[in-house]
Amino acid sequence: MLARQFDALLRAADADGGVEFDGLRVAREGGGDAEDGAAADAGGYTFATPAHEATGLSESELHAHAEGSPYVTNWYFWEREVQRHDSPRRAFLRRAEAADEHDAAARHEALGDGMVTEWGQLRIEATLSGDGDGSRRYDVRHVDDADRAVADLERHDDPLGARELAKYDYDGMYRPLKTGANMPTGWAFHGLDWRDAVETVETLYPATVANWYREQRGELDIDHWTDTTDRQTGIYGVVSELPREAVEWVAEAACDDSQCVKRREWQYSADDELAADGGTGAFPCREPCSLVIAAGRKWTKLEEEEPREYTFRLTPSEKEQIEGVLDAVADGRVDEIREADVYEDANRYRTRYLRAKLFDDHGNLGGVPTDPEEHHEAE
Amino acid sequence: MSQALVIVAHGSHLNPGSSAPTYDHADTIRAAGAFDEVRTGFWKEEPSLREVLRTCEADEVYVVPMFISEGYFTEQVIPRELRLDDWDVADWDSDGLSADVATYTAADTGQTVHYCGPVGTHGSMTDVLVRRAESVTNDPDVGEGFGFAVVGHGTERNENSAKAIEYHAERVRDLDRFDEVQALYMDEEPEVDDVTDYFTVEDVVVVPLFISDGFHTQEDIPEDMGLTDDYRTGYDVPAAVDGHRVWYAGAVGTESLMADVVLERAADAGADVGAAIESVRETTRVAPGADD
Repeated sequence: MLARQFDALLRAADADGGVEFDGLRVAREGGGDAEDGAAADAGGYTFATPAHEATGLSESELHAHAEGSPYVTNWYFWEREVQRHDSPRRAFLRRAEAADEHDAAARHEALGDGMVTEWGQLRIEATLSGDGDGSRRYDVRHVDDADRAVADLERHDDPLGARELAKYDYDGMYRPLKTGANMPTGWAFHGLDWRDAVETVETLYPATVANWYREQRGELDIDHWTDTTDRQTGIYGVVSELPREAVEWVAEAACDDSQCVKRREWQYSADDELAADGGTGAFPCREPCSLVIAAGRKWTKLEEEEPREYTFRLTPSEKEQIEGVLDAVADGRVDEIREADVYEDANRYRTRYLRAKLFDDHGNLGGVPTDPEEHHEAE
Repeated sequence: MSQALVIVAHGSHLNPGSSAPTYDHADTIRAAGAFDEVRTGFWKEEPSLREVLRTCEADEVYVVPMFISEGYFTEQVIPRELRLDDWDVADWDSDGLSADVATYTAADTGQTVHYCGPVGTHGSMTDVLVRRAESVTNDPDVGEGFGFAVVGHGTERNENSAKAIEYHAERVRDLDRFDEVQALYMDEEPEVDDVTDYFTVEDVVVVPLFISDGFHTQEDIPEDMGLTDDYRTGYDVPAAVDGHRVWYAGAVGTESLMADVVLERAADAGADVGAAIESVRETTRVAPGADD
């Protein structure tokens, strides 16, 4: 405990109501509005934790009780450093050490070893600063880097630096969706104070803390598919025309846990739930995002087409290979398929072979033109 | 009472560089320390325009759109997404160039939102265009013996877009600093393709009035002007075209002095920016003058 922490505790104990926080109770007996030291001497202080209670303490006796008490440094950290009652940031930091489940002393002990929570693909470890003042330090990194030493990771200190590192995926491709399930690995923010820890998370996953907090309080303002698409204008005005059944496929295609770490809470409408799995993410998705809306525009136009019947002749294996290629592309596995692994349907040589066999000179599958009119003209 | 600045921009699903100028200017303003919080929000990136206000703790928020002109985005999309339910474009009382600020309460957060006009139509944007000319020529005194062209989209999608180009061209002309000044367009006369036809002086600085570099400023305009046959091979600055030397500056929005325009917008709307405007003007000066 630092001198300024005890001073703050004394001031708080002398004030109305004293201190009552996370199991710590410190107050001056006989009220709390003495105007001089004499009253304090007369009444004395109470110092109580779940483990013990002492009353009638002088200032120096109170100091002796407070010294080394995790309850006091815990109080100081939350009530004099973080403050921000009823704010998303405070709630998020409380979550990082399961403050609603564990007593301050138990947390003090656990923070010594590090307390770990996950947030999307982020692993957040809260520890004590080591200065004996109860302040916390945070390590933020990719969950897949949990077991790696900080020295083996690219170290960052500036929360805004997170913008650049999360801009591209591991293969260097632009990530248009910050909560996409393709956060690159290999970096760490280490030794952050609470402000920078929250800011780093905010930079990597914008607004997720604010929306999670609203959800915790039962105040998440969900905009369902019809709410969001009905308010679109301009080139996106058309998206509201996408058929109901296609919205299922949109959610299955774009909002699955394998694609985005948010948990989809929006449905088709307030009283019409989608069957697609919303996922298990720590934080909610409160409306179809701009990526879904932009893709939805393309799907809306595609769904305006009428189906036609085409006739192709395929061997059973060729049919299965086409299915296998679709799966591999949809699951993002194409890059993992080895060049000589001809047992994989989406292997490049296998695919080139199929194209050489089945496409005509105009790129038509099985020589069947996409548009029947085209066929007549060709004849 | 704490105050926040929120810079809102288009962003992109495809171009990773689209958000860069917005981030850069936000960082400059953050460093100047005038606001308790400086945040960015995007139409196509995150936080979305819909959710950016809830990332601010401040009760008082100044929203500055990183857009070139008044139009669809500033008049419809941004106020709708920010949930400024009482928004009425008439509250800006603008002739297409004069939007300054209108104040509302955001329906979801209850914050007081001072919704400012776009950066592109602010008078100080003229200074940024000139600063861009200084940057690209690496000469803080550039002007004499030089022509100056401002390039915009044209009226195809939004008539206010051309108004903004004309407005700044006129203001640069009034400075009497460059020998010749011309407004040029991508999709109407006078066309940027014919840039050298509009100047008699040999050296011409060309500055596109665009927020960020992308398809138009990096591919279309360089090829249209004949700086290169293929944008992928790059071009010289200056480039020799029809007996002229064309100094192509790229999007004006990437110029660091843009941070000043954002600040001026907020200050005009009543934000207490202290000495930040002077400090930003100083820290973003062109290098050759920086050692004076």
